Amino acid sequence: MAHPSPAPPPLSGGVVVSLRGVGKTYANGVVALDHLDLDVRPGEFLSLLGPSGCGKSTALRLIAGLSEPTAGTVEWPRDATSERAHEIGFVFQEPTLMPWTTVTSNVRLPLDLQHLDPGKAAVRVDAALERVGLADFAGVYPRELSGGMKMRTSIARALVTEPSLLLMDEPFAALDEITRFKLNDDLLSLWASLRKTVVFVTHSVFESVYLSNRIVVMTPSPGRVFTELAIGAPHPRDRKFRTSAEYAALCRQASEALAAAAGGEP
Amino acid sequence: MNAEPTERRRKRGEDALRILLPIAFLAVGVLVWDLIVRLYDIKPFLLPSPGLVFATLVSDWPLLFQSLLVTLTTTLEGFLLAVVGGVGLAILFNLSRLVEYSLYPYAVILQVTPVVAIAPLLIVWLPQHAAVLACAWIVAFFPMLANTTLGLHSVDRNLVDLFRLYRASLGQVLWRLKLPAALPYIMGGLKIAGGLSLIGAVVAEIAAGAAGAGSGLAWRISESQYRLNVPRMFAALVLLSVAGIVIYFALSLLSYLVLRRWHESALGRDT
Repeated sequence: MAHPSPAPPPLSGGVVVSLRGVGKTYANGVVALDHLDLDVRPGEFLSLLGPSGCGKSTALRLIAGLSEPTAGTVEWPRDATSERAHEIGFVFQEPTLMPWTTVTSNVRLPLDLQHLDPGKAAVRVDAALERVGLADFAGVYPRELSGGMKMRTSIARALVTEPSLLLMDEPFAALDEITRFKLNDDLLSLWASLRKTVVFVTHSVFESVYLSNRIVVMTPSPGRVFTELAIGAPHPRDRKFRTSAEYAALCRQASEALAAAAGGEP
Repeated sequence: MNAEPTERRRKRGEDALRILLPIAFLAVGVLVWDLIVRLYDIKPFLLPSPGLVFATLVSDWPLLFQSLLVTLTTTLEGFLLAVVGGVGLAILFNLSRLVEYSLYPYAVILQVTPVVAIAPLLIVWLPQHAAVLACAWIVAFFPMLANTTLGLHSVDRNLVDLFRLYRASLGQVLWRLKLPAALPYIMGGLKIAGGLSLIGAVVAEIAAGAAGAGSGLAWRISESQYRLNVPRMFAALVLLSVAGIVIYFALSLLSYLVLRRWHESALGRDT
C-alpha cells in the first residue's frame, strides 16, 4: 500500500487553535475522538477527511466550543477565548435558516445577537449577501430558495461577523454535483479574497483535494489523525485543475490514505 | 411553470366546491326540515319550522343579541386569559424544568376533569360572572399550555447551537428562536382554545341557570326550555353555532396571516 507523503513542516506564524490529546466520549459510551492532535494554522484551508462517523464533525464542534472535550484541551494561543464568539463562523450540514424570516434577517442574526448598531449591521449584511451572490434575494423567505441558495445564505451568515476562522461541517453534502462544484469555486474565491482560516469537514476525497492546502485524514471509531497530505497546487484553482493529471494523482493519493485509514492502523 | 394556469384553475374550482357544497347541503337540509314540519304538522314546541326560528330570531333579536354579547364577552375574556396563562406557563416550564415537573400533572388534572362536573362547584364558590369566566378559562387553558410547550421544544437543534455559538442570552433565545419556532403550535392551540372557551362559557351558564342568575345565550336556552319556548331555543342555538363558527374562522384567518409567509401549513394543500 502506497504511503502518503509525510506532513510538511508547519507554516510560519503559529497556530489559530490547537487540539492536544483531545478525546470525546459521549454519555452513551460511544468514543467519538481519542487522542486527537491537530493544529490549525492561520490562513490555511484545512480539510478533515474521513468516513462517516469518524468524529470529524465532533472535532469541529469542539473547536467551536459547542461541546466540551472529555479529555485533552482545545487551546487558543492568541487567547481569544473571550472573543471567540466573534472569531468563529460556523456552517452546518443543513442550511439551518430560520424559516420564519427573510434572507436578510437570517444573515443579520449574529449581528442582532451582538446588539450591533442597525445601520452598521445593514451595511455588513448587504456586503455579505453581495459576496455570496444573493443581493437580489434579500427579502425572500428561505423556503423560496433552492438548496444551493440556502447554503449561500448560511455562508453569508457565517461571514457577516467577519470571523477569522470559518468552520464548515460537510456543508455541500446534500447538494447536487453541479451546484456543489459551483459552490466549491465560489468558496475558494471567497477564501482567496477574505484570507480566512477555513476548517472544512468532508467525506469527499475530490472535494477535499480541490479545496484544501492541507488534508487531515482521520480514522473511524475512535477518530484520530491518521495522516496528512499537503496539496501544493497553486490557486486560483478552476475547472482546468479539476481535470488535470495533478488533481487526479492527488485524489488517488488521498483515496489511498482514506482507504488505509479505514483499514485500521498503518 | 407552464402547467401552472391549468393547475391553478383546477384548484380554484375545487375551492369553489368546498364553499358551494356545504351551502347546498344546508339548503337541502333546511328544505327537508321545513317539509317534514309541514307534512306531519309538527307542533312548534316540539320542532319549530325553519321559518319560525328565523322569525323568532328577528322578533327576539334585542334580547338574544344582548345575551350573545354577554356570552361572547365571557368567552373572549376566558380565551385571552387562557392564551396569556397557557403561553406564559409554557415559557416558565421551558425555562425551569423543576416548575414543569411540579405543575404539569395538575395542569393535566385540570384538563381531564370534565368541566360540566366542575362548573356547579365553581358556581357555589365564585360570584356568577367569575364562575362562568373560570369555566371558559379552564377548558381553553390546557390546549394553549400543551401546544406551546410542544412548540417550544420543537426547535431545530442546529439553530440552538448557532445561538449558543453567538452567545445569545436567554431572552434572545426565547424571543428570536423558541417563540417563533413555536408559533405554528401556538396557532393550533388558539384554534382549539377559541372553540373550547365558548363551550366552557356555555356549560357554566347552563349550570348557573339552575341557580337562577345570568343572562347569557346558554342561560336563555335553559330559560326557554322551562317556558317551552322552543323556537327561541332554536334561535339561540343558531346564534351560538354561528358564534362558534365565526370564532373558528377568525382564528384560522389569524393563523393564516401569521404563518402564510413561511409555514407549510399555510402554503396550500397541494404540496
